[in-house]
Amino acid sequence: MSEPLLDVRDLRVSFRTRGGLVTAVDGISFTVGRGEVVGLVGESGSGKSVSMLTVLRLIDNPNCVIEGEVLFKGQNLLELEGEVLRKIRGQEIAMVFQDPMTALTPVYTAGWHISEQIRAHEKVSKKAAMDRAVQLLEAVGIPNAPERVNSYPHEFSGGMRQRVVIAMALSCNPSLLIADEPTTALDVTIQAQILELLRVLQKEFGSSILLITHDMGVVSQMSDRVLVMYGGRLGAAGPRREVMRDPLHPYTWGLMGAIPPTDGSRAARLNAIPGTPISPADADRDRCLFAPRCRFATDACRPQPPLIAHKPDHADACVLPYAERPALRVQAISPLGVRA
Amino acid sequence: MSTTPNLSATATPSAEPTVLLEARDVVKHFPIRTSKGKQQLQAVDGVSLQVRKGETLGLVGESGCGKSTLGRCLVRLIDVTSGSVIYDGVDITNLSRRQLRDRRRGFQMIFQDPYASLNPRRRAAATVEEPLRTHGIGSDAEIKARALHLLEVVGFDPSYADRYPHEFSGGQRQRLGIARALALAPQLLIADEPVSALDVSIQAQVLNLLADLQEENNLTYVFIAHDLAVVHHISDRIGVMYLGELVELGDSSDVYISPRHPYTEALISAIPVIDADAEIRERIVLTGDLPNPIDKPTGCAFHPRCRYAQDLCRTEKPLLHIQNDGRQVACHFPVAAPDPPAVLPRLNDIEPPSDETH
Repeated sequence: MSEPLLDVRDLRVSFRTRGGLVTAVDGISFTVGRGEVVGLVGESGSGKSVSMLTVLRLIDNPNCVIEGEVLFKGQNLLELEGEVLRKIRGQEIAMVFQDPMTALTPVYTAGWHISEQIRAHEKVSKKAAMDRAVQLLEAVGIPNAPERVNSYPHEFSGGMRQRVVIAMALSCNPSLLIADEPTTALDVTIQAQILELLRVLQKEFGSSILLITHDMGVVSQMSDRVLVMYGGRLGAAGPRREVMRDPLHPYTWGLMGAIPPTDGSRAARLNAIPGTPISPADADRDRCLFAPRCRFATDACRPQPPLIAHKPDHADACVLPYAERPALRVQAISPLGVRA
Repeated sequence: MSTTPNLSATATPSAEPTVLLEARDVVKHFPIRTSKGKQQLQAVDGVSLQVRKGETLGLVGESGCGKSTLGRCLVRLIDVTSGSVIYDGVDITNLSRRQLRDRRRGFQMIFQDPYASLNPRRRAAATVEEPLRTHGIGSDAEIKARALHLLEVVGFDPSYADRYPHEFSGGQRQRLGIARALALAPQLLIADEPVSALDVSIQAQVLNLLADLQEENNLTYVFIAHDLAVVHHISDRIGVMYLGELVELGDSSDVYISPRHPYTEALISAIPVIDADAEIRERIVLTGDLPNPIDKPTGCAFHPRCRYAQDLCRTEKPLLHIQNDGRQVACHFPVAAPDPPAVLPRLNDIEPPSDETH
């Protein structure tokens, strides 16, 4: 891999609140290569959405403090302003949001949404932009596109709306697509359609995708690489196969064990992670953030362990001896029965 | 095996397990106004099923399939358009308010959104005490003691009793909702998407709690959810709904491992599996969306999205039939049952070919 498309370095995002400074993202670094699909998994409050909104500079809260570097094609997005930034948004980096209804303006048609975006970035006639909109709607699998281009958002079903949003995002052929929980609001059969669509389009358009989700299953179906976030930090990062086959971090074990098995077997109990997900406001940041919920936590978990690569490309932030992890994982999978 | 003729279309002939709750041809239509005048939204369209004592019956389907409406009909939070719901031998569809209230001690509901279903101005203990006070069970001291006990049962420290709902996290709120539902010591709990608003790690905690409570109190559950993996995990039997109808009903593992209805097959195939080698998996991707329940397709409601659909499916509606293996399927051309029943060989059990290596 030569120069990565997106290179996030030590990104920190905090918010000034009445109760003091709350750290939402606590120094994360990762890269997205060209044509690569990177999955970012985490529970609510892990900072996954905030970090992505920061990449696109979509947080305009004056109490938000952002530090670090977000290099996109070598340019630090955090230093850009006005027109230069606007050129990148939508054209170079596009975003698909969780709720397709709020991402579309109810008083404009699907075609208007798409052609507006095209015309904002390229000098083309209204007619030509509209024709492109029809082609894009066809590409994302909307039946009868020449007519549907004139439909309003409320006339589409949830899955179809998400297709319109994806068509919009792809309209300028972006090199990076950030998808924030793109299928969470959809039914499983529709989710399968949308994931399939994203896969096909990714191959066809060659865009990189940064996929944010809470669903390990979705990540494993889509990504080349997986990042696991907890409490605003990266707990683990590595190629999908390795993270799925030999997860290293106890939090990853927990996440995978907490999901009902999909292979047809039925366990009497699930391996729930005890306690509740960390609340960024009252986290003890001098210690591993997962330690309060981790059954292997010891005094060694203080101070916070750094992200260390054990194999090339597969890193995790945990003090447990690397060689003992497989045995500990087996132990972790045995029933716990803890209630918080 | 009794052969007594039964009016119910789906009656299981086996008389062995006691039936606690039975739905007989339950229909719920909502009148709505459209540009075409008054129409009927057919939310539940003739569902019959039995819930056996001590089991968990899972109801699964996509949004708009009528699973929540059916759940509400089962506890009579809404009145059925036609059909009947029989709880413990008594038809609750025609009971008066007072009679119904007494009956309701036996069946309680857990809702999806624990925040919306809790009174924000009522402390945890008061929330759990309310059903006891409504039904006038015990003295004030007894009620308070029972509420504290219930909070402990669902895993709260006594210090939580004086907190308000906003001071709880999502999972804790759901546990509070469960404590309230348990207050009257019901036999049957109807849980409508109880874990879908929760983070995965918390979801597992609540599912484990529900399993423990069932074991300790011999509870019967109707578990409604859209997530087939979750429903399969918790249920003994699964009913799959599509557009207001029950399309498949059978043993949880059997339905999950060898679905017979094409819709169930597609639904299972759509579950994103955690899999290191994901690309080798063949998936059945359904085309199209759920049709409109105001204007349902003719014949089999699933035929426009079904990959096996034939002419018969477009004209004639398949009824829920009991197959040879006891499975109930509403399909003209059900997916064939695997030849040696539902036991898949494990990879390790397969003898590798000894001589050919290429």
